[in-house]
Formats: sequence, structure tokens, C-alpha cells
Amino acid sequence: MFPSLLDAISRWAIPLLLFLVPVWGLAKKVQVYEAFVEGAEEGFSTGVKIIPFLVGMLVAISVFRASGALDLISRACEPLLVRLGAPPEVLPLAFMRPLSGSGVLGMATELMKTFGPDSFIGRLASTMQGSTDTTFYVLTVYFGAVGVTRYRYSIITGLIADISGLIASIYICNVLFR
Amino acid sequence: MLNYIWLALLLSGILVAAVNGNIEVVTQAALKSANDAVDICINLIGVMCLWLGIMRIGEKAGLVESLSRVVRPVMTRLFPSIPPDHPALGAIIMNLSANILGLGSAATPFGMKAMQEMQKLNGGRNEASEAMCTFLALNTSCVTLIPATIIAVRVNYNSANPTEIVGATIFATCCSMTLAVLVDYLFRRAHRRAS
Repeated sequence: MFPSLLDAISRWAIPLLLFLVPVWGLAKKVQVYEAFVEGAEEGFSTGVKIIPFLVGMLVAISVFRASGALDLISRACEPLLVRLGAPPEVLPLAFMRPLSGSGVLGMATELMKTFGPDSFIGRLASTMQGSTDTTFYVLTVYFGAVGVTRYRYSIITGLIADISGLIASIYICNVLFR
Repeated sequence: MLNYIWLALLLSGILVAAVNGNIEVVTQAALKSANDAVDICINLIGVMCLWLGIMRIGEKAGLVESLSRVVRPVMTRLFPSIPPDHPALGAIIMNLSANILGLGSAATPFGMKAMQEMQKLNGGRNEASEAMCTFLALNTSCVTLIPATIIAVRVNYNSANPTEIVGATIFATCCSMTLAVLVDYLFRRAHRRAS
């Protein structure tokens, strides 16, 4: 019942929002179309504003990843994570997670193709993918939208959150699926 | 600090490529990702227009305001530097709800709106405010009830039970969210004491 409920929510959430908000606006005598256009206008300027920030960050991340530097670090940390109960196959995914959303989705997809979604590796990769965020991307985009370049301690907070999400994923998958 | 991280990523990448003898991947990766970044932003624009438009209707109809009134007790504690009636709180709530429901496309526009409102309170400085740091700590560690993307991938590879990982995901995000809020709180206190 729980999965079908989740499925229903994920299928209905957006249509319902698109239905309810305008209807509510109409009931409150809002000029709905005019209000929509007025709000939508901001979308364009914000999208353009984040381009330089994202170019800068993605170039650095992509060079770091393509050169093999990411693999070096992930190989260096391998013994530690294996001791926590993670198969070595998922480690690149763990290190890629805060850096690149599309990269990590590609890796998770690859792992599921190779090992199957219902294998331990497939389940762990899914849990890791679902429970952590592309911290660098989020910070770049959100701070970029307002022109903030000094992030203070938020990078460290974000990375600590990622690492703890990662360790928690490894732990819970070992408990549930091993 | 970002300056150093950025430099470290870029320089170590170039050095490793040079040592490995495949320096041409640097050129390739740099040019391709610069292109990709623009694609991502351009692709974001349509969805952002959509959700910011819907949100403006919600604002004018008083929906966003009533939503923020409901969660005000929690929000004022998490964001003591934002006045309780400020529109930033409404946008933060919308962003976190979208995150929890796994509506990634809606989460980003609401989050940017929240950042813009907080930047008004921050006086347009180029340094992150405390409220921004707390918001991003919550945002990057947020509980997701429906990790829609990964469920779709699992369905695609014929998983016998695509949603069986949801419980595990919720557990893991609860851990990381609790820790993120705690770490953010400690940092905030330490920074205040230092200044």
C-alpha cells in the first residue's frame, strides 16, 4: 500500500498543484493569467544570471573528474568505505555524488544495468542516489542566482551532510538488504 | 574558501592529466562542460518560468502566506534572522515541500526565489547570510519521500520492487538532515562568538 501511495503522490502532485493554485486564485479574484506572466518573467533573468557561475563550477568539476583525479581520491579512500560495508563498485558513485548530478545518475544507471536493480549493489546505489544531493551544483546555482560568491561555512555543512547520508545509506542497506 | 576549492579541483585535475599523459582530456572536458552548463541553465528557464508564474498566483491569492503561517513556529526557530512575516519564509517552505515530494523541477525555482528574498535582507552583499547557510544546509540534506528519478531507473531495469529503497532513503536523509541542522547551528554560534 505504501509504494502505491507514493506512486500516486508522485504522479498527481504536479497536476494537482497546477489545478488547485489557479482555481484558488480565481476564487480570490486574482487576474490569474496576468499574475502568472508577471511571475514567470523572473524565471528568464534568473536562468541567465546563473550561467557564469555554473560554467565556472562545471568546468572545474569536469576537468577534475575526466583527468582521473577523482578516481585517485576514491581509490585512496577505498579501504575505509569497504570496512563500513560498501562494495568497491559503488565507491566512485559515492565520491561523484556531491559534484555532478548527471554523472552520478549515469553511474547509478550503469551499476543497475550491470548488477541488476535488486542486487545489493543496485539497492545501495539507489539509496545513495536518493538520499544525498549534488551539493556543489545546488550551492553554485542558488548562490549564483543572487550573486553571492562567499559561501562561508555552507560548503562544509553540505559536505558533512553528504558524508553522513552516505554512511547512513551504507549502514541501513547492510541492515535491510544483506 | 570557494576560491581554493575551485582552484584545487581545476589544478589537481590538470596535473593528474599531465602525469597520466592524457592532457587532451582537459581541453575536451573543459570545453564540453562549459557548453553543458549553458544548456542546463537554458533548459532551466522554461521550468522556472512555469513555477515562478504559478507561485505568483499563489502569492496573490494569499496561499503562500497561509502556508507560511502554519509552519511559522518551526521556521522562526530555524531562521531567527528572518522576520516572521517575510516572504522569504513562504518561498523556503515551498522549496522544502517540493524537495520532500521529490519535485525537483519545482524545487529549484522556489529555492532561487527564497535566496532572492534572503538577499534583500542581506543588503545585497556578496557574502552568504546566516539564513542562507541554514536554508542550504536544509535544502541539500532534505528528506525525500519520493526519489522519483532513481525509482524510474529501477523500473526501467525491471526491478521486482522499484520502491523498496524508499524506506532506506528516508532513514538516510533523516540522518543527514539532523546532522546538517546541528552542524549549521554550531557554525553559526561559533561565527557569532568570533565576531
